[in-house]
Amino acid sequence: MIRDTKNEWLVALILLTPFLAVYGLIFVYPTIDMFLLSFTDAPLIGEGDYVGIENYTRLGRDRRFDTAMWNTAYFVALSVVPGTAVALAIALGVSRLTGRMQALILALFFLPYILPVSVVYRLWDWTMNFQFGIAMHVFDMLGIARVPVFKTTTWFMPAVAFITIWWTCGFNILLFLAGLRAIPQEIYEAASLDNAGRWTTFRKVTWPLLWPITALNLTIQLILQMKIFDQVYLFSVGGRPNDNLVMVYYIFQRAFQSNHGGRAAAIAVVLFVIVVVVSVLNFQLTRFSGSGKR
Amino acid sequence: MNPVTARRFNVAGLAITLLTVVLAVLWAFPMYWGVVSSLKPDNEVVRPYIELWPDTLTFEHYVFALTQTQIGYWYMNSIATALGVMVLTVGSSIFAGYAISQLRFPFRTALWWFILASFMVPTQVLIINHFVLMANMGLLNTWAGIILPQLIHPVIIIVYKQFFDQVPKDFREAAIMDNASEWRILFKVYIPMNWGVTTALSIVTFIWAWNAFLWPFLAVTKTELMTITVGITQTNDSFGVYYASELAAAVLAGFPVALAYLLFQRRVTEAITLSAGIKG
Repeated sequence: MIRDTKNEWLVALILLTPFLAVYGLIFVYPTIDMFLLSFTDAPLIGEGDYVGIENYTRLGRDRRFDTAMWNTAYFVALSVVPGTAVALAIALGVSRLTGRMQALILALFFLPYILPVSVVYRLWDWTMNFQFGIAMHVFDMLGIARVPVFKTTTWFMPAVAFITIWWTCGFNILLFLAGLRAIPQEIYEAASLDNAGRWTTFRKVTWPLLWPITALNLTIQLILQMKIFDQVYLFSVGGRPNDNLVMVYYIFQRAFQSNHGGRAAAIAVVLFVIVVVVSVLNFQLTRFSGSGKR
Repeated sequence: MNPVTARRFNVAGLAITLLTVVLAVLWAFPMYWGVVSSLKPDNEVVRPYIELWPDTLTFEHYVFALTQTQIGYWYMNSIATALGVMVLTVGSSIFAGYAISQLRFPFRTALWWFILASFMVPTQVLIINHFVLMANMGLLNTWAGIILPQLIHPVIIIVYKQFFDQVPKDFREAAIMDNASEWRILFKVYIPMNWGVTTALSIVTFIWAWNAFLWPFLAVTKTELMTITVGITQTNDSFGVYYASELAAAVLAGFPVALAYLLFQRRVTEAITLSAGIKG
């Protein structure tokens, strides 16, 4: 077939213009601007002088930066693997159900994912309220001393990780369910003919076949949780924000509360590099392990 | 399988099912508790025991939230900006996805790699530069300022490209034989064939935009221009009795997306699996 090449170029250009304009303006340009800004001492709005790598060398001596890095890593550790494990367990349970029952139970698990973060915050702030929270009644019944959860450094991150898992788990459950449905039923029939027990079937059939989905879930979670801000910020209000700093929170604090645009940009660049490096590594790893398994 | 082990397995299976159902109920409980508490009068809200249903049902907190806060404005801002993000994202992604999937032009492969790569850039790190840019353009405290930085959704383009790739080539060739223009092919063949995908992606884009927090929180300082997700966090009262009103406001903020989900449950879950790049 003869292609009208020139016309095709023109049509492509017109179709791509909205996308290119938007990405150029709010993606490519801000990314370059972020790197440039990180070498200056500019305030949030306005010009600054070139200061070389000073903003970066400062971070090495910055205790708050350490806190932010440590808390982010801690939060990732508390949320990624546990979140994926919980989602897998729930998906296995839900996949046993059928029809309307399955739809209903899945909806109960999935509904939190749909909620805005501030609604999630209100619900849990109320549930864990020191004076009236229903969680505290449960604590009382169990004979555990009440804790002002979000006002203590010990409980803050674990509680936020727990709530985050509750909030976002529905997404991962869906992925696992899709993966479980893709496993052919005949394999299970063969396994049961071989007299394989429930645990053996899971270990020898389900788990290996589900590994690509598990890897995908872990990847998505990892990249997502490194960028945490909303929950930490909301639960910190009225508490001890400096103890609860995570990377994005620290960018926000430096830029919008201390008016240090350049220094904030340096933190942003560090987070940017970490996320990109982890994504690339993760992609390579899952590709290798994926090709090994399949 | 001999009958003894079969029975043992069924008992275990039943236990797993039961556990799943119990866990699901517990999972949904905080949401139930939030709604129920918002329907209790103040003196009942703070009772030191668990009361699953109010003695007296009251809507006073909803009346309070609707009349004493600027929630009406927040609703309007949320609807306008979420619709804006939805239409612009889905629209530009359909166009870009079609061009990359069906048309041949220079740098096509490079552009595709760029879109795939942009997937891993954390947009949260761009808040400073977005803020400066929007300030320079005079767009802070405007709907456009809330919408613009939220338009980076490479995943939608990726999904469209994959779907357009799957449309059989015959359709396109037949249309070209009939002298149909590219526009006709796109609007009369490719888009109608993928209505299901478009509906699904539009709903999730709307939900994402409605739920966005960080950027709308930075872009707006005037209370009446806030989106509802940001607005309801601004009424911070530490008196216990105000909790019910704040819960009522939270229920109002979560209601549209919860409703969208319940109405389009299958579409929403379909879009989620699509956006993760799985064909299940």
